Amino acid sequence: MQAIGEKKAALTFQELLFTLQRFWADQGCVLQQPYDVEVGAGTMSPDTFLRVLGPKPVRIAYAQPSRRPADGRYGENPNRLFRHTQLQVILKPPPVRIQELYLESLTAIGIDLREHDIKFEEDNWEWPVGGAWGVGWQVMLDGLEITQFTYFQQCGGMDLDPICGEITYGLERIAGFLQDVDSIYDIVWAVEPDTGRKVTYGEMRLAEEEQFSAYSFDYADVTKLWEHLSLYEAECLNLLEQAKTFEEMDALKLKRFPVLGAYELALKCSHVFNLLDARGAISVTERVGVMARIRTLVVGVAKIYAAQGQQISELAKK
Amino acid sequence: MAEFLFEIGLEEIPARMIAGAEAELERRVVAMLERERLVSDDVATRSFATPRRLAVWVADVAEHQEDATEDLVGPSVKVAYKDGVPTAAAAAFAKKAGVAVESLKTVTTPKGEYLAAISIRQGRDASEVIAAELPKELAGIYWAKNMYWRAGRPERFVRPVRWMVALLGMKPVKVGFGGYEAGDVTYGHRVLFGEEPIRLKSPGEYEQALEKSFVVADVEVRRQRIRKALDKVTRTVPDLRWREDEALVETVTQLTEWPSVVLGGFEAEYLTLPEEVLVTVMRDHQKYFAVEDKERKLAPYFLAVLNTQTDEAGLEVIRHGNERVLRARFNDARFFWEFDQRISLKDRGELLKNVTFQKDLGSYAAKTERVRKLASGLAGLVLARGCELNPVALDEAALLAKTDLTSELVKEFTELQGVVGGLYARAQGFSAATADAIYDQYKPVSMEDSVPRTAEGAVLAIADKADTIAGMFGLGMEPTGSKDPFALRRAANGIVKILAETAVALPLTLAEVAAAACGQNEALAAKVRSFLAERLEFYLREARGQAYDVVKAVLAAGAEDVLDAVARAEAVTAVRGSDDFAAVSAAFKRMKNILSQAGDKGVAVGTRVDDLLLSEATEKALSERSAELAGQVATLRAEKNYTAALESIATLRPQVDAFFDAVMVMAPEAEVRANRLALLDRVLGDFSGIADFSEIVTAG
Repeated sequence: MQAIGEKKAALTFQELLFTLQRFWADQGCVLQQPYDVEVGAGTMSPDTFLRVLGPKPVRIAYAQPSRRPADGRYGENPNRLFRHTQLQVILKPPPVRIQELYLESLTAIGIDLREHDIKFEEDNWEWPVGGAWGVGWQVMLDGLEITQFTYFQQCGGMDLDPICGEITYGLERIAGFLQDVDSIYDIVWAVEPDTGRKVTYGEMRLAEEEQFSAYSFDYADVTKLWEHLSLYEAECLNLLEQAKTFEEMDALKLKRFPVLGAYELALKCSHVFNLLDARGAISVTERVGVMARIRTLVVGVAKIYAAQGQQISELAKK
Repeated sequence: MAEFLFEIGLEEIPARMIAGAEAELERRVVAMLERERLVSDDVATRSFATPRRLAVWVADVAEHQEDATEDLVGPSVKVAYKDGVPTAAAAAFAKKAGVAVESLKTVTTPKGEYLAAISIRQGRDASEVIAAELPKELAGIYWAKNMYWRAGRPERFVRPVRWMVALLGMKPVKVGFGGYEAGDVTYGHRVLFGEEPIRLKSPGEYEQALEKSFVVADVEVRRQRIRKALDKVTRTVPDLRWREDEALVETVTQLTEWPSVVLGGFEAEYLTLPEEVLVTVMRDHQKYFAVEDKERKLAPYFLAVLNTQTDEAGLEVIRHGNERVLRARFNDARFFWEFDQRISLKDRGELLKNVTFQKDLGSYAAKTERVRKLASGLAGLVLARGCELNPVALDEAALLAKTDLTSELVKEFTELQGVVGGLYARAQGFSAATADAIYDQYKPVSMEDSVPRTAEGAVLAIADKADTIAGMFGLGMEPTGSKDPFALRRAANGIVKILAETAVALPLTLAEVAAAACGQNEALAAKVRSFLAERLEFYLREARGQAYDVVKAVLAAGAEDVLDAVARAEAVTAVRGSDDFAAVSAAFKRMKNILSQAGDKGVAVGTRVDDLLLSEATEKALSERSAELAGQVATLRAEKNYTAALESIATLRPQVDAFFDAVMVMAPEAEVRANRLALLDRVLGDFSGIADFSEIVTAG
């Protein structure tokens, strides 16, 4: 059963990331560092969520640790994680050969497509809280979903033009596949060059999974979380309110207006909501209402981001 | 004449949309060519589809349109000529018709004299017509979900267009769509053939050229290959067979261009998980076929349909990968199963207070209470009519029915709602009657699905569905046109199907179900009742294949008792072919017309037939014979021996025919007339209890 492992040395977790980043850098993508605020998916990083807006072409790639408190399993389930790593590739406008480029990236990480079964199966993506959706596929490799492939259609409730292509690799899944291990924690993250000692995913991350599962399920202080939510929300709403005066601002004040700060506050709310949800603190009746509150923030920020860009370019024309 | 081929190459089309789009493209292309006088209406065509292409081939397309003539009518002569001189209006009309002003003619119409002309439309080249018309047809194709992909959002389509082929004979036709102009180049299988262009010399070589490039373009051929491969691969292990699953065969057919099959296995320890869970994981989540042994029990194997072809070593790699994924999925399912046992179904009842059924109808806990009451009411009715049913088990099932919605397993595999509850109930020691009723509560989920196996399950399923329908109707959320967001038609279809097909006949009428669900609200009950009656009509036509007129006739004589309506419809269909029955039906229609005209004109109809007033022999005969038959028919009808009853009604034909040959119903004497009308009224009344025969469409 070791056929895959023995045939060629499978990439380590970090080599997998290097290789994909190198591949997309060669395709003209700017490599960005992971965003440093908690997000549930790479899409929520401003490098995707905000950059897909507006007419400006973008090619960017970055790894994004993504936190989903409810998916935590105290490190006991070999396939589920509180925090997993996505490699996010944003191509706006999408190149004609986007699918072929994607398949070439698989070849680059050592997957000989002729030896595998690959399918693009319909899977449409939607983030109602962000007023965002797109159509696309889940890419299935020998029955394993390894990538989400999306053509963004709307974001912040606004139609996108040009459309943006988004490729999201599930790095743990792919590494597990390449290394043929049954548990994520057995993935080889790196190999020490002098000793050949293998550093595993478990060594690097198990404690985090254990403790953050415990935190989100058992320890997180529900009352304080609600307070956090209200505080972040209030500050974000305040900025959204001030953004109504864009037209009165001079160029300097306008470009320095912290839309990005407002977005971080909205993301904070989203993460706190996820924690409350994992903690079982949100009843079904409340749920709809809280989601609507966060939607107001996220969609509001997207709108002022677009408005700010528009206003800046109008001032530049004058 | 030349062959025509059109192919549109796309990024992977969603499997569920391919079949519809393939048929629509073919229909649209042929309709367009017919409209443009380029093909005859019996022209031979073929269609092709894979995840990456839709194509249509047409056998004989004219290369040039024939000229067409058209009669045009223009302005009135008064406007067209001033003092005998043609005006601007005349000139404009002549120009439009493409003729000289001098050759304009005049025609006389009811409104006066008008200018007329015979316009000759010059035929155009087929390639010009197709290039102009086909893009409109492409843009018109229906997709359940569309997307934009090009800057400026010039068109919407299911997925980005990647190439097009349009060949009329040997010549490419310049069809433009999605930023491409069609040519003679197509592409083969993504991986097995790569990005090498394939140049087609003629439409006829399309299928073969693709076959050489690892693409089976014909859907049916691909389906058969998959079926054969499934058979062949399964046979490599003795005594195994794959579990037939037509919907899954269709899905994998639409997910592959060059299918092959691999057999994988899993550890037998997973077989301790319920079969339903294993099959759902395999079928719904992995698109694998389940495999069973000689006793039809699930065997620890699965079949995956691949979109590639590889050697034994490659196959081993793919098998291994698929096994790995399935093992992880089964592990998850086992984790959820064990996790869920920590809270019993009974204790989960409390949790339902936090699960919203519908915002104005409250939580699932509230729904549970309503369904319990409704189910117990219906149970009371059927018990009183001698139907066997365990009311305690039914109530227990109603109480626990929705609790599985709070389980991790159902959150993960939503399609297993009900099933999981049933399995947990069994595992937690509830009676089989309770567990089975919970298990079957959502049945039937479609017209093809089976109905609940037990009386308890049937009553619970009816109560659950009726509660949803009544609740939504109460909020004014009735389905309209094609919109039925809460699937209320499906729920109502389910109620009708259960009443018609359940093994233990449930003596419940649609009115009783509606009344039980709507409580005191009679107006609402009437609405729900007529909604259910509509679904009965649908059921008789669609599920039972009954002709439209038979359904109308039968429902006119009663639309309450579902089983009875089905039996009557079947009886009518059985006898309607006989000449006697057709003649009697026609005569009944005539009677109904006469009576209705009499009613319109205010002509008096006797309240009863007075034998003394029957003067003619034929009317006496009809009266006597029909009275005799009425007794017989009533007896047969009471025995539900509808076919015999109808056959017996058909024997009235000689008397009916003779009556209409000899007797004038609308006699001048008021008394006689009223008496004859009374006779017709009685005959109709006596024999319309099974079906209103006047609704039956008869030849001539």
